[in-house]
This record gives sequence, structure tokens and C-alpha cells, in this order.
Amino acid sequence: MPANMAPSSAEILRFLPEIILAVMGTFIMVLDPLVRGKSPKIFGHISILAMLAAIGASIFAYTNPGPAFSGMLMVDGFATFFRVLVLGVGILAVLSSYRFLDRERADTGEYHALILFSLVGQCVMVTANELIMIFIGLEISSIATYVLAGYLRDDKRANEAALKYFLLGSFATAFLLYGVAIIYGITGTTNLSAIRAVLSNTTTAPAGAVVGAAVALMFVGLAFKVSGAPFQIWAPDVYQGAPTPVTAFMSAGPKAAAFAVFLRIFMTAFETVGTGWEPLVWVSALLSMTIGNFAALVQQNIKRMLAYSSIAHAGYVLVALAARSEIGTAAAMFYLAAYAMMNVGAFAVVAHLSGKGERRLSLNDFAGLGVKQPLTAALLTIFLLSFIGVPLTGGFFGKFYIFKAALQSNLVWLTVLGLLNSAVAAYYYLRILVVMYMHEPGEATLAVEPLSFGLSAALILPAIGTFVLGIFPSALLQFADKSSIFGR
Amino acid sequence: MLDVFFFYAFAALVLGGALLTVTLRNTVHCAISLIASLSGVAGIFLLQKAEFLFAVQIIVYVGGVMVLFLFVIMLVNLDTAARDRQFNRQWIAAVACVLAIGAEGVYFVRSGSGAWTFAAPSEFALSAGNTEDIARMLFSEYLVPFEIASVLLLVAVVGSVLMARREA
Repeated sequence: MPANMAPSSAEILRFLPEIILAVMGTFIMVLDPLVRGKSPKIFGHISILAMLAAIGASIFAYTNPGPAFSGMLMVDGFATFFRVLVLGVGILAVLSSYRFLDRERADTGEYHALILFSLVGQCVMVTANELIMIFIGLEISSIATYVLAGYLRDDKRANEAALKYFLLGSFATAFLLYGVAIIYGITGTTNLSAIRAVLSNTTTAPAGAVVGAAVALMFVGLAFKVSGAPFQIWAPDVYQGAPTPVTAFMSAGPKAAAFAVFLRIFMTAFETVGTGWEPLVWVSALLSMTIGNFAALVQQNIKRMLAYSSIAHAGYVLVALAARSEIGTAAAMFYLAAYAMMNVGAFAVVAHLSGKGERRLSLNDFAGLGVKQPLTAALLTIFLLSFIGVPLTGGFFGKFYIFKAALQSNLVWLTVLGLLNSAVAAYYYLRILVVMYMHEPGEATLAVEPLSFGLSAALILPAIGTFVLGIFPSALLQFADKSSIFGR
Repeated sequence: MLDVFFFYAFAALVLGGALLTVTLRNTVHCAISLIASLSGVAGIFLLQKAEFLFAVQIIVYVGGVMVLFLFVIMLVNLDTAARDRQFNRQWIAAVACVLAIGAEGVYFVRSGSGAWTFAAPSEFALSAGNTEDIARMLFSEYLVPFEIASVLLLVAVVGSVLMARREA
């Protein structure tokens, strides 16, 4: 091999988190037949260690930021932020899976290997500065998540969820790929910085209609992945049918990674044609918030309610994207961090309460939780208050920064409608609180088992994070501000 | 002149094959029509001096994917499908889509080549025998996507085994 073809050590270092995750995922699968049935928990321990190592590697890689492998990857603050975020979500999801896998007698190495592979995909997505890399990362993450959604093969709802997710997800991927193909045809490159250069050059800029078609196609594909309206139809069924720890994982990790791709593509490559795509994002943001919040009002199943709430929260992040500014990008980053924590925490509580076979999922099954398990109830309260956006929680500053960014970009109507939406949302979150504290303990609450160690960790860590973001938001926000210009 | 003749011949093969694929009743016949359609695409690739894509199209699609299709058709009982109604009630939506795409096509054809501004092709894109250049690109600039795609295949294999395996 000629010397100039060998990657430099700095480049390998920038790719180290993905290497660690892929190697450890393969290692778990090799280990699986050797220890199966003897000590099933070891896979969880190994994958948590792997994710911690990958977080360390991500932070270490940021000490020497820059592009790698002929511009395929761009290790900048933005990539590091999202790498750490998705890996953190992965750790919390595995922590909340221990009890669930034990209960369903489904503790295999494949579960953890798939989570690690999914994280490889997400880390590639958030780091990639090139459409082919983004596409491959997105597919790795998505396919692993489709399988995880149907992980309990004997469960009818899980099968339905996996099939729906797979079919609609493949369809959305095709849209994205069409967009990529057109962009390559008119600009001759798939590198985001190079696309930006071609599109911003007024003398060589391609015809507006064709650029518009490409941007619209990519918007459809990405809006599906972040469950933004009108491409959100799959989310409630999939979130409801998938095992709850998997729901916790896929409603936070892959979603954050997809938003990272959304922000990077639209704020670097397509920033110069921003006036064209802003109305699309505007409409999608408003629809997501409205459909999500109003549909959540009438749900009795807690997982469906949280699914619609997650659609609404995708709408808030889309508001930040519609602002088309660096402040908007930073606000979206902050919001996604706050959202990941409260969402994983809330779903971990649901995983704790639902019991074997996940039968106890109705809102009334939370009756009297405040008396029976004050700690669990208190932690869920924190997450719900953060969802509403009460001060002292991360959710408050998340919404505050997003609407501030929207106002600075003169999106007055979107801000007003968004704030009205958050008021509507308070109703259904408070309904859970009322059931939890004001109702007599029911059959379900009495049967609930004590919190296991893994689940307590999966609840307490995001609760602490929610408070830290709510009381000291400036540290994270400053980092987000600094990273919002990307490495372009 | 010969180019034009071959283009229309291959295009007819592509469209005719696709039409037969969706209209024929016997699934094996459908699969064979699809082979014809995919071979037509390979021919068009060759006319565009994309020998590599031509070979890949024949090996992967006509050779690999289609054999897989035929295996599935043979292993899965499809007799009931042959008796089912061929066209379901979504045909209104389908006609709407076809009309919309047709209108789009007419617009672009009428507005001429100016409607699409393509990027200038790279220096070896249109030269014959560019397979070596593709290999060079694939193993230098695009090495990482090429390698990371193996993780994608690994995930797909693990996933399909996990889904297909029955409880012991």
C-alpha cells in the first residue's frame, strides 16, 4: 500500500468512537454462545463499558478537531455534542433494559449488539459531512432500530410495530436517496461544504426548481425520521408496540441523531437557499406541535400519549430550525439534550410500571403511585414538569431558547402558536400527575415491584441532568453556541 | 444513429418488461419480465459508457437478486395470489400519481435542456474503460463509506436471523 493511502493517526483518532462500538458489538456476538444462560447480565455491563469508552474517545477526539478521511467526517463541537448525547441515551436505555430483559427472559447478546451497532450508525450520522456517509449511518441506525422494535418476536404488537416501522422507514429512506441523487446530479459532489459552495455561487447556481425538488425530497425523508408532521403517522403505533426500553432508546437517540443530520444538511449545504425551505419547515413545525399535542389529549395508553408528546417536541425543535440562525441551531441542540433526558426518564418509569408482558400501560395504572412509590412518582413528576417547561427544569430553558431564537428571526406567529401549544400540552401532562397523586392506589400500583438498581440509575441520572440544565443552562448553551457554526 | 436505435430498443425493453411485471398473473412470469426490464437498464448503462454499472447490474440484479426472487416464489406458496384480484382499489391514487409525474415530465421536456443545469462531469466520467478510476476512488476517497457499509450488512444479517429464528 502506498504511504499516502494509509490514514494518519489523527484521522483514526477522530473515528475511534465508531471503531470501539463496532468492535465491542462484534465481540458481544462472539461471546454470546460461550456464556449464554450462565451470566446474561454481562452483555449489559460490556455494552455500558463500551459506550463509556466511546464517550471518552469522542471527547478525546475533540481535543484535535478537524476533518478525516478526505472530508467524509468532520469532528467539530457539533459532532462531539451529539456523539456524547446519543451515547448517553444508549447507556440509559441499557440501564433500563436489565430488569425488562430479565422479566421477559430475553437477555441475549444480540439485543446489546444491536444497540451498539445502532449507535455506530448514529455516531457516523452526526459526524458525517458527506451525504453518502450520512445515508449509510442513517441506514445502520434505522435497520438496527427496526429489529429492536420487533425484538420480542412472540409479541403481536411488537411484530406490527417492527413491520410498520420497517416498511414506512424504507419508503422514507427512498425519498432521502432521491434527493441525494438529484443534489449529486446538479452539483457534482456529495460533500456538504462543496454543495454549499456550488449553491451559493450565483453564476453557476443550478435552476431553482431542481434544487427545490431535491431539498423537498430530502426534507420528506428526514422529517419522517424525526417524526415531524405530516410524516408522523408511524410513531404512535411503533412507540406503543416496541418494548418500552427500546421505545425510550429510539424516541431519543436516533431522533437526536436525525435532527443533527437535519441541522447539519440544512444549515450548511442548503443554508443559502434558506428562504425556499423555511416555509416547509414552518408548516411542518406547526403541524407537528398541533397534531402531537391535541392527539395526546385523548390518549388513555401512556406509551401512545408519550409518542404523541414526542411528535409535539419534534415540532418545537423544527421551530428552532425554521429560525435559520446560529442561535436557532444552538437552541435546538440544547432542547434535544433536555428532551433526551426527560423522555428516556419518562419511558423508564413506564418500563418499570408496565410489568410482565407490558400489560399495565393505561393511565389509570398510575393511580396512587405517589403513595406506593414516592421516589418513582417524584422522579416522573420532574420529567413531566420538564416536558411542560416549568422553570428550574431543562425543558423550560429549552423552550425559552427556541422561542427566543424564533422571535429574533421574526417568526412571531409561529412563536405565538407554539406557546399556545405548550399551554395545551400542560393539560395532559398534569393529568398524569393528578392520577398519580390524587387517586387511590389501584391494583396495578399495588403489584408494582421495588425499583431495581439499573432502573434507579436510569431514572436518577436524567433527573439530575434535567435539574442541571434547568439551573445552570449557560455551560451547555455556551458550548452549543460555539458549535453552532459547524466546522464549515 | 446506431446509438439512438439501441437507446430506443433498450428503453422499450425496460418499459415493456416493467409493464409485464405488474400485469402478468403468474409470479414466475412476472419475475422473468423483471429480468428483461433489468437487462434493458444494463444496456442503457452500457450506452452511457458506464461499463462498471453495466456489469454490476447484470451480476447483482439479474444474477443475484432475481435468483433470490425466484427462490422465494418457489418456496412460498403463491397459488392464492394468482387467484386474487390483480388490481386493488388504490388505482385512483395511482392514476393521480402517474398524471402528476407525467405533467412534470412534459414540463421538463418542453422547457428543454435549460431546465436542468447539471454539474460538469469529472474528467474521466465519460471516457470508455473507467472501471479502474472507479476502483481507485472507491479504495481511496470513498474507503470509509465502503468499509462502514459492511457494518450495515452485518446489522441486516443479524436482524434477519434474529427475526427468522424460532424459540428453541
